[in-house]
Amino acid sequence: MSQHTLAVLVENSPGVLARVASLFSRRAYNIDSLAVGPTENPDISRMTIVLNLDGHVLDQVMAQLYKLVNVIAISEMPLASTVHRELLLVKVSDKKSSEIHAVVEKFHATIVDETEGVITVEATGETSHIAKLLAALTPFGIKELVQSGLVALERGSAALSDRTLSAQGISTLHELGTQADYQN
Amino acid sequence: MSTEITGASSLVKSLEAAGVDVMFGIPGGAILPAYDPIYDSKIRHILVRHEQGAGHAATGYAQATGRTGVCIATSGPGATNLVTPLADAQMDSVPLVAITGQVPSAAIGTDAFQEADIRGVTMPITKHNYLITDPADIPRAIAEAFHIANTGRPGPVLVDIAKDALQKMTNFKYPKNIQLAGYKPQLKPNDQAIRDAAALIAQSSKPVLYVGGGIIKANASKELLRLAELIGAPVVTTLMARGAFPDSHALHLGMPGMHGTVAAVTALQKSDLLITLGARFDDRVTGKLSTFAVHAKVIHADIDPAEIGKNRFADVAVIGDLAQTIAALIPAVQAEFKKSPPDLTPWLRQMNSLKATYPLGYNHPEDGSVSPQYVIERLGAIAGPDSIYVAGVGQHQMWASQFVKYEKPRTWLNSGGLGTMGYAVPAAMGAKVGMPDTTVWAIDGDGCFQMTNQELVTCALNNIPIKVAIINNESLGMVRQWQTMFYESRYSNTSLDSKRIPDFVKLADAMGCVGLRCDRTEDVDSVIHEAMSINDQPVVVDFSVFRDAMVWPMVAAGASNDDIMIARGLAPDWDSQEL
Repeated sequence: MSQHTLAVLVENSPGVLARVASLFSRRAYNIDSLAVGPTENPDISRMTIVLNLDGHVLDQVMAQLYKLVNVIAISEMPLASTVHRELLLVKVSDKKSSEIHAVVEKFHATIVDETEGVITVEATGETSHIAKLLAALTPFGIKELVQSGLVALERGSAALSDRTLSAQGISTLHELGTQADYQN
Repeated sequence: MSTEITGASSLVKSLEAAGVDVMFGIPGGAILPAYDPIYDSKIRHILVRHEQGAGHAATGYAQATGRTGVCIATSGPGATNLVTPLADAQMDSVPLVAITGQVPSAAIGTDAFQEADIRGVTMPITKHNYLITDPADIPRAIAEAFHIANTGRPGPVLVDIAKDALQKMTNFKYPKNIQLAGYKPQLKPNDQAIRDAAALIAQSSKPVLYVGGGIIKANASKELLRLAELIGAPVVTTLMARGAFPDSHALHLGMPGMHGTVAAVTALQKSDLLITLGARFDDRVTGKLSTFAVHAKVIHADIDPAEIGKNRFADVAVIGDLAQTIAALIPAVQAEFKKSPPDLTPWLRQMNSLKATYPLGYNHPEDGSVSPQYVIERLGAIAGPDSIYVAGVGQHQMWASQFVKYEKPRTWLNSGGLGTMGYAVPAAMGAKVGMPDTTVWAIDGDGCFQMTNQELVTCALNNIPIKVAIINNESLGMVRQWQTMFYESRYSNTSLDSKRIPDFVKLADAMGCVGLRCDRTEDVDSVIHEAMSINDQPVVVDFSVFRDAMVWPMVAAGASNDDIMIARGLAPDWDSQEL
């Protein structure tokens, strides 16, 4: 078992999130996190899905996802060639305000609110960075937190949305990386 | 300048534009606007007695003809009654379009009368589905639905249309081209994959053509015959592929799987190369997966990339239309054979020995009652390979797959994947509507028959003269067989008493059919001939058969195919075979 991040371009149509969620539920694939939002094209949304599974199951997940009519393109987002970010908002008690400020500074986080004895910290970063920040803040007493789920983007000029061009629909299929992967 | 028409008229014009000639359905509140233009349409609408019947009829029509079947129902319970046929069609890759009415768009989400979120309900059991609330979207949705249903790997598509979208005025414009960014089935196989597959075939000394229902979907039986004869390899046809390759052909070993022939099951187990064509390594074929065909490399040719590696690793995957795939494979294999022709003689000798030693068979019951296998065997012999046979699910289905000899594709219809009891009568109705000049026999169990027999009323009223053979063992026979084998013959709730109640002959008569009864072996042929002679009315024959007949051979659920039994407690005599 290992962690894999998928970027999935989907048609921005009603029910598409339910279709993806239903597929994962039906085939018993566990999602670690899922983030979805609009893209540069108003007709297309982008999902970033983090999964924990074996490599050959990942091929199957991608092939099954691609069968959904509303799914346009899928790509795995390996850490080495992509930028991974999560957003964290966390409320901590301000009893040790100066120490909290020091932690926030060390982790390049931001204080976005300080009211009624509570400091709200905002941070973005890779999953490990967010986890370390949370560990550092935990002793101060975390009242509540929210995380966005991971989003990821390929480094350099490569863009998943290039593959939404109709002529490349079939090549996308071949990029699924199934066990017997052939290029036309 | 086009004139405005209602969304309902736009729907019917769209169905006409899609080439629909018949649909099966029942009206109701939400779909009612559509039934007004249906009244004037050239499309034949067959009013069924239960929406499940509409769905299976559309499936039978599609399986018999290759064209897309269409069913139509109202919202709520009308739509939910289509759930079983939709799931059935999804499992067996049947091209189906289901139209359902939905409550008016303003009422959606309010738990309105006869509201059910059928799009949500059917998401996991359809290839795709739609909820339409704007009448302008109707033609595009219908065009896309037919395109998706009957291209690539076929499957069911549901189009749910809000009542107000049917009532509002709109312009009708049927799209000429369909562009779906996320749906582009790959039809042409990859050249390198074809070469790799041909190389594996040339290296193999124990190849088997493992043929699934995809061959029938792709209309690739002729190509399959050429490929099989070119390689000279034995062929096995799965439950969904019966008829894809002639049973009479010397290379045919029969059906593999839980109730497959010893030769077919053993061929897969001992093979060094599975040439898998439109099959999906279903658990009923593989038995315990970790012990399935352990020595075999796998060529997996399928139009659905998601089948590759789903259950079994593929050494070579060929994604594409099977007719194109086989057509490309033939010259590639010929080229390989020129370099080094294979010698399959020892392999064929072994398989032919198994085929000769362990043919399918049965015993006539000692108590003098009628053997169900005999009835089905005689039915197949008398009605012949040009008839269409439609089975329910259970023992009679397995016997019908074993003892009717199929020579042609689309002559064997059954619910293979979902295993839907009650499939036979409505599916036979749909098949007969699609193929009116062909004899259509439903081979049904007494349990199955009691689930959907009301469609015989539809048949009687609409001049759809199907024939039904009820294999009446007054039991849920397959479940009873499992109780015999695995539950110490404790027959919990499998006795139906259907030799006593209902009286199937009277029931047939009441539904406008001819009812016949047969409870003596010597009468079987004459009753079948009598049924064959009646062509102006549906016929139901109640064959009263031996209760404790069992389906053999059998690989128990979860067991290895190596542990196939040819009768209770009896394994093949492997020591006498050269394997």
